Amino acid sequence: MTGTVAALIRKDLQLERRAFESVPAMLMFSISIFVLFHFGLDRGALAGDLAAGVLWVTLLLAAVLGMNRLFVAERDQGGFDGFLMAPVDRTALFVAKAIVLFSFLVAVELVAVPAFVVLLLDPSPGQAMPELLAVLVLADAGIAVVGTLIGALGVQTRARDLIIPLIALPLLVPVVIAAAEATAPLLAAQGAEPFPARWLAVLALYDAVFGLLAYAVFDFLLEE
Amino acid sequence: MTFGRGLRALSIASAVLIPGAFALVFFYAPNDADQGFVQKIFYLHVPMAIVTLCGFVAGGVYGIKHLRSGDRAHDLRSYVAIHMSLILGVGVLATGSIWARASWGHWWVWDEPTLVSFLIVFLLYACYQPLRFSIEDPERQARYASVFAIVAGAFVPLNFLAVRMAESLSHPRVLSTTGGAMPGDMRITFLVALVGMACLFVTLCKYELASKAASMQLRALKRRLAGDDGLVPLNRSAAPQQL
Repeated sequence: MTGTVAALIRKDLQLERRAFESVPAMLMFSISIFVLFHFGLDRGALAGDLAAGVLWVTLLLAAVLGMNRLFVAERDQGGFDGFLMAPVDRTALFVAKAIVLFSFLVAVELVAVPAFVVLLLDPSPGQAMPELLAVLVLADAGIAVVGTLIGALGVQTRARDLIIPLIALPLLVPVVIAAAEATAPLLAAQGAEPFPARWLAVLALYDAVFGLLAYAVFDFLLEE
Repeated sequence: MTFGRGLRALSIASAVLIPGAFALVFFYAPNDADQGFVQKIFYLHVPMAIVTLCGFVAGGVYGIKHLRSGDRAHDLRSYVAIHMSLILGVGVLATGSIWARASWGHWWVWDEPTLVSFLIVFLLYACYQPLRFSIEDPERQARYASVFAIVAGAFVPLNFLAVRMAESLSHPRVLSTTGGAMPGDMRITFLVALVGMACLFVTLCKYELASKAASMQLRALKRRLAGDDGLVPLNRSAAPQQL
């Protein structure tokens, strides 16, 4: 299975490298949202829970763009049929796609988070970097798992662009709650405050529950 | 198809229990010391919310059964459970809002975890019908709907945990271990109302199941009589139309 997963990841990354379909769009979208928030809130600089909320809502909306595109090539160009004909474990597709979406999110955040710090954040989160990284990784894992499942669910429907965000956004509310609550003290105006570890536990629990669940039900989305 | 079994007994039980519960609410249960008469909406709102959430989870359980066995009758049960829960869910949001207005002065209160979690769950399940409607192949529609029902069913408790942790605990938590503060006559009334609501839910589900099964059988009989040509083609529908 590892070989299959690696091959599928390689295929998707190569596709992205050649066609640039998802990551640049997600990135441009995030930066536009930062600008929108600047004018919408009419603030030059944000801190604390407001900053955390803006950051996480933006990243989540950008992630929805990635979910929408994740399986389009598979459906339009017969990738599902090809995969189903190959004598490989079907769950490999789920694992590979979740890792691909996770790496897309990381790639977007590598630029979007520094851009957020420069454009909107008032105190620099320099000394809180390790904690912020932990929150980002755990939240990205949750978004990747749920996004892959809902992406596969929605791509076969007629109203794909509508169904995927409508289902994914309520499902990801706990991620936004936990990530924003965990990030808020790190971005406080008077410097980073003590870090509430229980929110990391909630994120980890969410990742574990939905990871196992998606792993169990994903096969049923592929059967023909 | 035996969806209608026990329907008469259940109908009678609901017809007795629901008015009985209301009689207890108005003539037996005491007025709440803090909130007065308006607190009596509690006997409608809370049982309805509990039954709705159980209905959502039951939809997920039938989804698992459907995926494991491939029996489309379980998909029909899952659909009906979620459909009925959605209808009751509107009632929960409306009564919750009225109660919030009466006791806190606002129609909507964000720092009240139970109301907020319920809204999120409701928004998620509100996509169930559009999801089904946008898949044309009935076999795939059933399969995808079951996957959705399972994921959303598992989401219900997790979401309540996350929202409860995030908000202050201002909502009356009647069923927690501290809920033993409810006096005996209130507790009896509440339990009767809860059982009555559960009976009503099961009865309504059974009626919908029996009705859907009857129209499927009718269609099958018509096909046998007139052949495929004589049949009016089915419209696209979110509901399962054949087993």
